[in-house]
Amino acid sequence: MTQVILFNVTNGLIIGAFYVLMALGLSLILNLSNVINFAHGNFLALGGYLAYTLSPTLGYWGALLISPLLTALIGVVVERTMIRRIYNRDPVYSLLLTFGLAFVIQDASRYIWGPNGLPMGLPAMLGQPITENLFFITWYRIFMVSIVIVTVVGLFAFLRYTRVGLRIRAGTLDLETVATLGVNVRNLRTFNFAVGCLLAGLSGVLAAGQIGLNPNMGDDLLMPSFIAIIVGGAGSLIGTLFGGLLIGMAAALTTVVYPAASEAVIYGILMLVLLIRPRGLLGEEGMFS
Amino acid sequence: MSEINTTMRRRTLLKAGIALGASQVIGAPFIIASRGEEPVKIGMVNPLTGVLSALAQSEVDGAKYAEAEINKKGGILGRQVQLLVEDSANDVGTGVQKTRKLIDRDQVAVILGDVNSGIAYAMSQVTFEKKVFHIVPGGHTDPITGTNCKWNVFRVCNTTSMDTAAITPELVKRFGKKWFFITPDYAYGHSLQDGFIKALTKLGGTYDGDFLPINNTDFSATLIKAKAYKPNVLLNNMGGLTQINCMKQFTQFGMQKEMALGGALFEIESIRACPPEAQAGWWDMEWWWDQPKVPEVVKFVADYRATAKKTPSARDWFGYVSMHTVRLAADKAKSIEGPKLAKALEDLELPPDVALQPGKVRYRAGDHELMPNIFVGEAHPPKSGPDDVFTVQALVPGEQAAGSVADTGCKMEQPA
Amino acid sequence: MSTALAAIKGRLPEGQDLWTLIGIWALLLTVPFWLPMLGGYTALASKVLVFGLAAMGLNMLLGFTGVLSFGHAAYFGLGAYGAGLTLRYLVHSTPLAMIAGVLFGGLAGTLFGMLIARRRGVYFAMCTIAFGQLWYYLAYSWNDFTGGFDGLRDFHREPIGIGPLTLDISQGETRFYFFTLAIFAAAIGLMGLLLRSPFGRTLLAIRENERRARFLGIPVERHIWMSFSISCFFTALAGALYALLNNFADPLTLHYSLSGYFVVMTVIGGMRTFWGPLLGAALFVMLQDYISSMTVNWMSFIGVIFILVVLFFPRGLLGMKRRATA
Repeated sequence: MTQVILFNVTNGLIIGAFYVLMALGLSLILNLSNVINFAHGNFLALGGYLAYTLSPTLGYWGALLISPLLTALIGVVVERTMIRRIYNRDPVYSLLLTFGLAFVIQDASRYIWGPNGLPMGLPAMLGQPITENLFFITWYRIFMVSIVIVTVVGLFAFLRYTRVGLRIRAGTLDLETVATLGVNVRNLRTFNFAVGCLLAGLSGVLAAGQIGLNPNMGDDLLMPSFIAIIVGGAGSLIGTLFGGLLIGMAAALTTVVYPAASEAVIYGILMLVLLIRPRGLLGEEGMFS
Repeated sequence: MSEINTTMRRRTLLKAGIALGASQVIGAPFIIASRGEEPVKIGMVNPLTGVLSALAQSEVDGAKYAEAEINKKGGILGRQVQLLVEDSANDVGTGVQKTRKLIDRDQVAVILGDVNSGIAYAMSQVTFEKKVFHIVPGGHTDPITGTNCKWNVFRVCNTTSMDTAAITPELVKRFGKKWFFITPDYAYGHSLQDGFIKALTKLGGTYDGDFLPINNTDFSATLIKAKAYKPNVLLNNMGGLTQINCMKQFTQFGMQKEMALGGALFEIESIRACPPEAQAGWWDMEWWWDQPKVPEVVKFVADYRATAKKTPSARDWFGYVSMHTVRLAADKAKSIEGPKLAKALEDLELPPDVALQPGKVRYRAGDHELMPNIFVGEAHPPKSGPDDVFTVQALVPGEQAAGSVADTGCKMEQPA
Repeated sequence: MSTALAAIKGRLPEGQDLWTLIGIWALLLTVPFWLPMLGGYTALASKVLVFGLAAMGLNMLLGFTGVLSFGHAAYFGLGAYGAGLTLRYLVHSTPLAMIAGVLFGGLAGTLFGMLIARRRGVYFAMCTIAFGQLWYYLAYSWNDFTGGFDGLRDFHREPIGIGPLTLDISQGETRFYFFTLAIFAAAIGLMGLLLRSPFGRTLLAIRENERRARFLGIPVERHIWMSFSISCFFTALAGALYALLNNFADPLTLHYSLSGYFVVMTVIGGMRTFWGPLLGAALFVMLQDYISSMTVNWMSFIGVIFILVVLFFPRGLLGMKRRATA
């Protein structure tokens, strides 16, 4: 019995950790720039694919380090050339733009790396279970969760204690005033977008080790990220963190009793939140109304 | 100033776009008129984009290879063959639309497709309405040649009943009768599990299992449950990417030490995408390239490798057989009209250079299902080459696995 | 004669020319004759009408009220499933199936609109996307009822009969095209009336300056909700027609990618014009049909078109024309 409970809690944390990483990146971009990045799942796939291509030369650890940075770089290029032009326009344009971008990136991934699934090699020791009894917790899962924890803590520390982080947080609340205070808002937005893509790329590398690579891999993580943001409350990163963990846990726990409904429960939570507390658990009234 | 420039840029773009559109429109009829004799057009609709694209592409490759081969030998009834390929994008609306396009606009004589059984079924409704001959190379859902069988629809790949019935005796014999199923919760998954249960209970077996969402990525919960149940065999009925992930997690958890692993289909495209430790288990192949005792196969594989630069998979074979089936039916019927082709194909036996396997391979008259052999064997990491990932242990004749026509529920109505 | 013409002209929506209208309808009525010459086929034209209607329904909300919904495919799909489920399980009657589809989609939209009418901008759009995906998920999971992943099948459009008069639309592309055209005409006639009415004017006011509208005492949230609701009814009607066109309903009609297509059709054609979405639908459907036959990489082309439209043609085709004449 304890095995089952322990298992489900850890599993919930692992699934939740994934959703959190994806959703945080999406949330960052949404909060500051008011852009829903439909291509976020595709940046995830890019991160995974780049790691796949780099790992023969750089090894797994090198790829883990470099490919999120490369993904962020691609994000910078995208932001500079395309997204920047539509910031002050109707939100419909940013949605369409990232939507079109998602198509292009997905097709490019399929074109470059082929439609077949590709395996991602892991260092051998990561593939082992940690003990005989706890066979379902492999070192890789622990590794994934640790990386996510480190990244999330790092992100929050960055936002709290550095100047750029302060500016991003301020910009989320009132970008106009931040601009009048002399901050280069354009660069801030580019940087913010890059950080979001970095998180997506990192998720991709981690996901690749778990589920392998294929052009559609980002699609299934995009919706739960949206829901994590809505449930947690738009405008609040901590809210997104809680939202992601909540739905991850819910999905894992449902798998015990009724596995076929593990996806449904996420949507159930969404509807519940929209009905009872539409601004989200930790959202602020007036954020988006 | 900049506004005028952007306006002029827009106008130029617009003009260019109109010119491009006009050129396509004006060019088309002239291109057709200049062709000499009217070719026999065969239309193929397959999901070239989307999750099934790898499998669909293989079918297209096989069909194109056959097209070239047929044309080199004189075509069908003395006319060249032209294969028109359309992408259904894994979407029913698009698949049906493209089918209509191929039939109404391009005037194809035959329709091939789709890998996605739901789309194949929807297409069959259109081809039935328009009385067009239709071959399903690789869509597995049973009703296509079962409860919803139609006089104009034939199928190359097996039904789930065939695949499950073929491998069950082998698994029971080698490992035991206590099984655990991991099945995706949709029509295909359900029919697989039902087929297995039927075959297993006939041999006195017991079972338990879980239904999971189609896109499930994490199998830990269900694998723990499986481990506690202590079955002889774990049946992995998941498809595509989820099948690979289930395999990976199974081996990650070290469960292969305690139980055997098996299932119905584990296609070579999927095996190649697995890390070596997950390339394991007992499966059906609907056709396998490594048949050293059959000289036609050896020659076919060598030629195919030279031309297409890859080793043919079952899907390539499906596409190849579909095209040659049209030729064989047309030769026998001396026509390319739908009803005549259908009549000619019933009980038609494939010659060895098309069947590419031992035994009699024919289209059964009662349900229009092809009866090839089912290659039962074990998957393993590559041995002598990158495609040597499966070793055939038994060959089960399709008809033996399929049961009778009455079992399939097909009541074939001939065209009026 | 001239007084009659003047009377008709007076009742047309803003910016409509009588001759343009006549031209458009002449084109639409003769489609089965000229479309095959261009390399098209009648089923494609029916699809254009269906998608055009859906996009025009969305445009009521997007172009005329200024509110972005990126989840309208949900109502389209619900309309399709409503019609299909009725034909399959309840009664073999096309009119009833259509009504069921319209009600199903429209009511879902009405109820949902109530929940989110106070949100705006990007967050509103996010909620619409999530809501749409909820229905998508339901459709492909509930295997026994909806056919799940494989879609709802085993139904087909029935001949419509009232006593001795029967219209058999179950066979023949052309006949179904004209049937669709008739329904389309009725629907957009109604839409035109609505947009021309004081209600429609209020929506325009909300689009132009929400705060000022509020100061004028207009109950803004209620109007947005009503606009949302009505647009869902129109889109659901389009969905019901789509199910009849294909004799099939599948979960992808509920997916957000279809929502995205509707939005892009509206934008390409011209968001703030009446006929824009139809033109956008025609362009998009034909382009997609043509490009996907040419290359497997059609997704890149479609994506690039989205991006180009956003960056360089934000007003759309008809929007540009209007700006030129203004």
